[in-house]
Amino acid sequence: MTDKTYNADLSRRHFFGKAAAAAGMAVAPGVFLRQVHARPADQAATSEQRWGILIDTDKCAKGCDSCVTACMDENGWGRADASEDKSGPHQKAQWIRKVTIKDKQTGHVQSLPLMCQHCENPPCVDVCPTGASMKRADGIVLVDKHICIGCRYCMMACPYKARSFVHEDLEDQKVVAPRGKGTVESCTMCVHRVDENGTPACVEACNADNHNAMYFGDLKDPNSEISRQLKQYGGKELRADLGLNTGVRYRGL
Amino acid sequence: MKNVQFMEIEGRSFGYLALLGILGAIILVALGAWYVMEHHGHYVTGMNNAVVWGTPHIFAIFLIVAASGALNVASISSVFNKTAYKPLARLSGLLAIALLAGGLMILVLDLGRPDRLIIAMTYYNFKSIFAWNIILYNGFFVIVAVYLWMMMQQSMNKYSKPVGVAAFLWRLILTTGTGSIFGFLVARQGYDAAIMAPLFIAMSFSFGLAIFLLVLMAAYKWTGRPLGDALFRRLKNLLGVFVAGVLYFVLAYHLTNLYATEHHGIEAFILRDGGIYPQLFWIGQIVIGSLLPLLLFYHPSTGKNRTLVGLGALLVIIGGFIQLYVLIIGGQAYPLEIFPGKEVIESSFFDGQVAHYAPSIWEVLLGLGGMAVALIMVALAVKILRFMPTSLADEDVDPHHSA
Repeated sequence: MTDKTYNADLSRRHFFGKAAAAAGMAVAPGVFLRQVHARPADQAATSEQRWGILIDTDKCAKGCDSCVTACMDENGWGRADASEDKSGPHQKAQWIRKVTIKDKQTGHVQSLPLMCQHCENPPCVDVCPTGASMKRADGIVLVDKHICIGCRYCMMACPYKARSFVHEDLEDQKVVAPRGKGTVESCTMCVHRVDENGTPACVEACNADNHNAMYFGDLKDPNSEISRQLKQYGGKELRADLGLNTGVRYRGL
Repeated sequence: MKNVQFMEIEGRSFGYLALLGILGAIILVALGAWYVMEHHGHYVTGMNNAVVWGTPHIFAIFLIVAASGALNVASISSVFNKTAYKPLARLSGLLAIALLAGGLMILVLDLGRPDRLIIAMTYYNFKSIFAWNIILYNGFFVIVAVYLWMMMQQSMNKYSKPVGVAAFLWRLILTTGTGSIFGFLVARQGYDAAIMAPLFIAMSFSFGLAIFLLVLMAAYKWTGRPLGDALFRRLKNLLGVFVAGVLYFVLAYHLTNLYATEHHGIEAFILRDGGIYPQLFWIGQIVIGSLLPLLLFYHPSTGKNRTLVGLGALLVIIGGFIQLYVLIIGGQAYPLEIFPGKEVIESSFFDGQVAHYAPSIWEVLLGLGGMAVALIMVALAVKILRFMPTSLADEDVDPHHSA
């Protein structure tokens, strides 16, 4: 029954996808229908999109960690994974964390979430010997758990301490986030949701709490909310000096 | 040079069997330690998400670097035509292969997924210096094995020079690769320096020769074969030059870092404020590992005393371990600079804090196991094949010597 519904869903999406493509070709050559984001699950991610997240540090509430909690629940790490109990606090996974920083000169205090920055030129991907650490065409940086050998060189190379190593056997992992002992993991930008035309859990939770400190969208689409916000107000990269062109940007830093 | 006679060791004495027994026991214990780490997961080790490379890496990198340096003696004889070193060339090649095997064993068994070794050998990301290293290490085994064959089979002797040159160049590239593992890490203040490559090459010369000298002393003493003073003095003086070379690169590294503002933090941490790390640096690396051996090697009275020179070589090895500890662990313990100009006052992932690391017994045992693997390989090989000259007495090695 479930399968049937799923297949029906798929074929409906196929139909819309093809219809959109046909419409696109019919309208005029060279005209690109940017609003069509949905991509059938059997098609590869393309470089026509570059997914990004903009974080407004002025709106990010101190003491609020809805984004972290939502990520835990969605991907089954931290509090949501009762089986990861032998690892110490320094060993437990952290896909996203809240950080409070103070400007050394002015004393200005800010709070912000920190996770994989989904670099255009990710150092983790450069150093990975097997290619397990990889970047999708649409800019999402992932770990292929099947070919990760657990060498941790990517963790050495990441400027944001965004990756975690699974130190022990886990149970009841989420289907969308197959975590496993001896492999490295990090924020996937909720790729499973993005591929279904959805929004990452952290962004959704931030909006649901009415903080609206996070914008998710296609950086290559000039009409997307994130692109408009970035164009109008700007957004900084963390460690911009490294020239990584991160997909996650911060405003108000 | 007279015709040097090579001969297998007898290898039936109680001492020899006891040596094999002890090394074998250490290897078994190491495999047990690996089983514990593999079975339970890395939470039993001292590592965490900030210090991801711990004690096994220190042992592994030490052995890999030393392997490259152990080949020097052979290179000096074939590449630079120093005939006095020629009788030592076979042992030098053997030690190089053995040390590399020991180092790689540790590295592989410390992986999160050692069962996926086949993936490391079939999937290559050629942009990764690690992937290059897998090729460089395997190539080193092959090229040194061929080199040994050329040296040990009389009809092939004529090829030993070109293969020796190839092995020499290969080892320079290999150590450049090992140093570059750190040199390529742009994000970490303690690494990210091109000088890592020449520093590692200097370290390899020094650590490799120190191990070679000790193995040579032990092997000749235990088998009752003569080892001449002239040869011994040459090796000792050469080791002194290498130790001074490492010191020079360490000085150059820290002086450049001290000049660049962005590196002031890590320099203060390693040289002054970092608790255990400055202590290890100044006392362990500089005094025990560098200055004291130099004094022992070059002081007119201690330089003639074999026991004290041997002690000096041992101190070079201990200092080498400490140097790698300061470099590898210290470099990771220093927090990543994610927000320049800002101070982290709260973080659930310990941002902005010095990372805690304490080696676990499992890691240490695995590391010792790698060393035992290297030594047992040497002990077995010299019994099976003709690696060791029957005599290294001065008159047998260098007829022109004037003792």
